[in-house]
Amino acid sequence: MRSYVIKRLIGMVPTLLLISMIVFVVIQLPPGDIVTSTLDRLQAQGVEISAEQVQNLRAQYKLDKPMVLQYLYWIGNFVTGDMGYSYLYSRPVNELVWERLGYTLLISISALLFTWAVAVPAGMFSAVRQYSVGDYVLTTVMLVGLATPSFLLALVAMYAGYEWFGISIGGLFSPEYRDVPWSLARVGDFLSHLWIPMIVVGLGGTASTMRILRANLLDELNKPYVVTARAKGVPPIKLLIKYPLRIAINPFISTIGLLLPVLISGEAIVSIVLNLPTTGPALIQAIVNQDMYLAGSFLMLLAILTVVGMLLSDLLLAWADPRIRYE
Amino acid sequence: MTDNVLEIRDLAVEFKTDTGITHALRDVSFDVPRGKVTAVVGESGSGKSVTANCIMRIIQPPGKIVSGDMMFSPTRTDPYDIVSLDNKDPRLVDLRGDLISMVFQEPMTALSPVYTVGNQVAEAILCHRDVTEEEAWEEAADMLTRVGIDDVPRRIHQYPFEFSGGMRQRVVIAMALVCNPEVLICDEPTTALDVTIQAEILTLIRDLQQELSNSVLFITHDLGVVAQLADQVVVMYQGRVLEIGTVRQVLKEPLHPYTRGLLAAIPGIVPKGQRLETIASVVGDSDIETAYPLTRLKDGREVSLSPEALREIDNE
Repeated sequence: MRSYVIKRLIGMVPTLLLISMIVFVVIQLPPGDIVTSTLDRLQAQGVEISAEQVQNLRAQYKLDKPMVLQYLYWIGNFVTGDMGYSYLYSRPVNELVWERLGYTLLISISALLFTWAVAVPAGMFSAVRQYSVGDYVLTTVMLVGLATPSFLLALVAMYAGYEWFGISIGGLFSPEYRDVPWSLARVGDFLSHLWIPMIVVGLGGTASTMRILRANLLDELNKPYVVTARAKGVPPIKLLIKYPLRIAINPFISTIGLLLPVLISGEAIVSIVLNLPTTGPALIQAIVNQDMYLAGSFLMLLAILTVVGMLLSDLLLAWADPRIRYE
Repeated sequence: MTDNVLEIRDLAVEFKTDTGITHALRDVSFDVPRGKVTAVVGESGSGKSVTANCIMRIIQPPGKIVSGDMMFSPTRTDPYDIVSLDNKDPRLVDLRGDLISMVFQEPMTALSPVYTVGNQVAEAILCHRDVTEEEAWEEAADMLTRVGIDDVPRRIHQYPFEFSGGMRQRVVIAMALVCNPEVLICDEPTTALDVTIQAEILTLIRDLQQELSNSVLFITHDLGVVAQLADQVVVMYQGRVLEIGTVRQVLKEPLHPYTRGLLAAIPGIVPKGQRLETIASVVGDSDIETAYPLTRLKDGREVSLSPEALREIDNE
């Protein structure tokens, strides 16, 4: 097992190198760079900048060097843990990423827990009571949830939160807690704001998770091994969880790893609507403004999380299913 | 106390489907004598497995027991009627797996792929007896040894897919016998196995039956197996019992023409060019050709649900 993991980790290196080159080239592809987009912005504000100043800016950002050198400079620093400097935010990329990644992680994990906490019992009920009134009601509610765009849901949730619960709209903190150090009150404020993004982000996956679980479970419910266990005298609830559910849940275990990259890219629109300090909006901003290092770093992290997530998925699946473990 | 561990009387089972009501069992009555092997024979769809599932009360919807009773007289507890048990009756828990247990047809799928065989055999004990996990595993190991699994200390921690079909069926048998049930139901336990393994499994079942002296209800369509194993034979056709007798009686001097047809249809050594006997319409109802289940349609007509009949119904 250990040698397998090491082999996989080594195999990641060329993949990631290749991705880093593609990422770098793609970021550079659109005409212009951070300097031209800065110029555009300044000129729109009526500020004139001389050609010399432009040259100086370029030199300062090493944009006058050939692309290969720029790449080597970037990737060299990236490997040592320095992700460069964000022109857009005028701050080191490291700071920006870590600060946003923490919140993103919190929202993603709580949303995932919400999804599972709702979808698994609902899917189980729907499968065991197939074609019952409850099954139809749940299915209808879930399909409405699936068909509702999450940004719309975000708007509705924000309105509801403000109208009925008096929670300030958007963001993860009330205005008075936004820029103060962490305290118990601030944590409480954070938690009271967390539930809207948690539900909005989580609900999108709930419907599909529930429907897939229902279908998987229906496939398993009448399998001979379930009948055998029933004939053995296993009590109904334990029977359901230990036998068919245990198998029906396997495909979901393999998707846990795939959630890693979603940490960075996921739910950007919802985050923008809800004004959340997560990575999604920052990634979009960075790309729009050609903030080379920030965008590149985000995309590289995305690539790393994807390949690591794949490995994690494979390991989890092997852990969950002995048939895979032994091959 | 009677000499019958199980007395089935006028058992009727219906499956309500979109097409109509299918009578899977009609007025089935027979006894399972204590400590003997009773074989239930019949072709596919004759109601053998439905009968077995009724005894375990694991009949799946839309199947439903509509009438009849099954008097169960175990030595360990007072007799009771299995049909009248409520779904939540605690006696049902003891019935399944402890007093009556079952070996199924498909050893390849009868065990969950994600638990070790030890886990699944020990679970049968843990469901019914107040023992610790270790004690249950020890008993499971003993039973696995008895059904002829080699190297049990290692094999017990293996998963079902690491066993061959015959070995898996041994595990299933161990699982069924580990609580020493009074009745063991074998639902075509050798059908999915190849011939040499079949013989081994049959010998195993017979030896264990003699050793544990429990009553066995053996469901099969293989009359060769019946001759080898059974004391008493019940012949079923279209959800009805046609003939009951000792194995000698039924195989040597069958009373019912259907049984005669069944016996004549056993492939044997026949002169070249001679055709194997097929079972023609021998049962009373003249319009019935084969053992498709009888179904009462919504307009009250009764038909045998052959593919042609189904097509006709769909066209109407």
